[in-house]
Amino acid sequence: MGTEFSYYLEMAVRSLRRNPVLTALMVVAIALGIGACMTTLTALHVLDGDPLPGRSGSIYMPRIEPRASDASNEVLRPDQLTWTDGMALLHAARATHQALMVGGEATIRPGDPGVDPFIMPARFTSADFFPMFGAPFQFGQGWSAADDEGRAHVAVISDALNARLFGGANSVGRSIQVNDTSLRIIGVLAPWRPVPHFYDLNTGAYASPEDIYLPLTTARATQLPRAGGIQCWSTGSTEEALMESAPCAWLQFWVQLDSADAVKAYLAYLNDYVHVQHASGRFELLKPAELTSVKGLLDEKQVVPGDVRLQFWLASAFFVVCLVNTVGLMLAKFLRRAGELGVRRALGASRRHIFAQLLVEAAIVGLAGGVVGLGLAWAGLGLVRLNPNRSAQLAHMDISMLLTTFVLSVVAASLAGLFPAWRACQVPPGLHLKSQ
Amino acid sequence: MLDIRPILSTLKRHKVTAILLVLEIALTCAIVCNAVFLVRQRLDWMNTPSGIDEAHVVEVRPVNIGSTPAMHGRVDETLQALRQLPGVRYASLANELPFGFESWNDGIKLDKDVVAPVMHVTAFYGEGLINSLGIQLLEGRDFTPDEYAWLDDITSGRKDVVIPHVVIITKFMEDRLFHGSALGKTLYYGGEPMRVIGVVRDVARPNVMDRSLTYGSMLLPVRMSEGIGATYVMRVQPGQGDAVLKAASTMLREMDPNRVIQRKRHYSEVRAAYFASDRAMAGLLVGVCVALLIVTALGIVGLGSFWVSQRRRQIGVRRALGATRQDVLRYFQTENFLLATMGIALGMVLAYGINIVLMLRYESPRLPAAYLPLGAIALWLLGQAAVYAPARRASRVPPVEATRGN
Repeated sequence: MGTEFSYYLEMAVRSLRRNPVLTALMVVAIALGIGACMTTLTALHVLDGDPLPGRSGSIYMPRIEPRASDASNEVLRPDQLTWTDGMALLHAARATHQALMVGGEATIRPGDPGVDPFIMPARFTSADFFPMFGAPFQFGQGWSAADDEGRAHVAVISDALNARLFGGANSVGRSIQVNDTSLRIIGVLAPWRPVPHFYDLNTGAYASPEDIYLPLTTARATQLPRAGGIQCWSTGSTEEALMESAPCAWLQFWVQLDSADAVKAYLAYLNDYVHVQHASGRFELLKPAELTSVKGLLDEKQVVPGDVRLQFWLASAFFVVCLVNTVGLMLAKFLRRAGELGVRRALGASRRHIFAQLLVEAAIVGLAGGVVGLGLAWAGLGLVRLNPNRSAQLAHMDISMLLTTFVLSVVAASLAGLFPAWRACQVPPGLHLKSQ
Repeated sequence: MLDIRPILSTLKRHKVTAILLVLEIALTCAIVCNAVFLVRQRLDWMNTPSGIDEAHVVEVRPVNIGSTPAMHGRVDETLQALRQLPGVRYASLANELPFGFESWNDGIKLDKDVVAPVMHVTAFYGEGLINSLGIQLLEGRDFTPDEYAWLDDITSGRKDVVIPHVVIITKFMEDRLFHGSALGKTLYYGGEPMRVIGVVRDVARPNVMDRSLTYGSMLLPVRMSEGIGATYVMRVQPGQGDAVLKAASTMLREMDPNRVIQRKRHYSEVRAAYFASDRAMAGLLVGVCVALLIVTALGIVGLGSFWVSQRRRQIGVRRALGATRQDVLRYFQTENFLLATMGIALGMVLAYGINIVLMLRYESPRLPAAYLPLGAIALWLLGQAAVYAPARRASRVPPVEATRGN
């Protein structure tokens, strides 16, 4: 079998070199199709990813309807909580982990007076954020629930900020000046980027993760500026100082529930909470509570831009055209060799042999198309990254996409070769001996 | 067209390759028609007028590090200083810009007692914004200085604050809500009655979620404080944008070292950022169309060459029987025209099919019929261009080929 295959290989290469133009046309057609397909498939694959692999299945967003019946806002399913409800659910601690959070902006003043202050995205959250989302630590650790209660002046920073301020050294124990407040660094994260930025889509579906994390209570006490979406109703105003009591939903809340029973129990608890609130005169709309999974939220909010899917379909259609083209060219190429194949049949080569040989030839075209196509996809992704959108910056090819490229290319070319090879096998032996 | 019958009978002998070519042309026709239509829609959307004096508007957005105790005085002082800068005609502190990403929205009602709002609109805040953005006032008047109130006073809930009860709306809102002049009419915003005192030419809202409400915008006599996304917008003398941006950001920092300049840019950059993904998508669609046409042309060249090489003897016979080179050339051109026509006919059906899928899944409008003849002409020309080289080679086959084998 091995020698047979290498014989086919040799024959195939020889035959491909015999009509370089036709071969080049086939390779170009496959390469263009593969290149376009892989560029868009990679973009889709990156954007459609699981933000917390292995974990996202047990992470849920509790949703309750806190509004008064005069709410003029038409947002049908709130995905944020008021301070009152957020704190109540956080303190109830009915889930394995729970974290209440909001985005913010931190103006960081480097120690060096010659360096201008700069603004970094911040996340004001509670202690469970790190264990619940599995944020990896490079140095130190997160804070405790006691730090939340005590409004401790502590912070966890990203590795990027650590590199910018401390040259990447272990900065645990050092302090950082944020707005008017000095915070003690207790942890430095390793590079970490959940894609999409599921826990707060209002700050950007593909926003990079925040560079500084500190207790929500501390951020509120020191009046750090908030960022993100806010929905108010009734007399709600966006006045910062009144945010804790205002009828406004502005906090994200996530819980970890490890089993179906836990989900059921938590939902029951949430509905009890809703009824208690309704009885006390709040929650006038009285809608049942919901638990939305990470995947469910991403689907509901249509996080992956419709454009990306459209691009993928377009590229696939393009690939089909390229394949049709390849089938035509292969048919031309194989039939052109009818004479040669007739001679080989007359000399005793079986149809199976001829068929195998032609398929190997097709596969080689596919392989060559894959190599060129990979180059095109690589260049295509470079072009995609020129797009100023944050989502586009993420489009990089990984090993699995690289392998997919080759497998897809070889399989597609072989499939394209099936029919032409079969047709070529139908050449009766010896017929062409006569005419020549 | 004398050759049609023999062409058809020859094509029957190459049924499979001919079908493949027709299929390829059909798919290309269908995809290109839809893609060009999608590009057209993107370009139209990208050219949506903002309704402001785009060429002369710049913005500088500060962020305060510390708290500024007397914000009202600080904003007034800053605006005074900005208006003094050379090249600056008007300056305001605004909450948002047309085609920006941050937006302040709420529902408005025409009747206080109805629960559901009649329209969701955005509200622009900022003193003298009509001048600073270069918005054209069509009817009524601009706000007077005594009509303005500070946003933080309004939201403080204090009883002594006089909340504004006048509003300026766009022509779009006037047409949609009042079907006639809106001046003097009342609408309810956040439960408060607002009297319409002016109507402006349509101003686009930021963060357009629903394109049918792009111009659902109004202006309120509200003064912004710095923070919560507020941005200083200035209308400048022609050619002064760069100088003003530089001078303004330096001045803002000097007046208050607690201010960090988060962003400074021309309005054209606001617009470019907002439509960046549409531009990228349009570029990609054009790229795919070009690639498709190239691949199809290459396919025609490849198959054309194959047919010519297969039919050398036939061509020789025809030449020997008196066909001129012109006849042979025309034979292959007609053959391609027939194949292209079949492809185009099938392609039009497919184009409508794809369009229906796009309408269902991506809320795309119906493909205008005008795209089909355009696509047809494009593919006919492409086919003729691609087949020319093989056809010319065929025409050069000497009559003596007839005497050779094969």
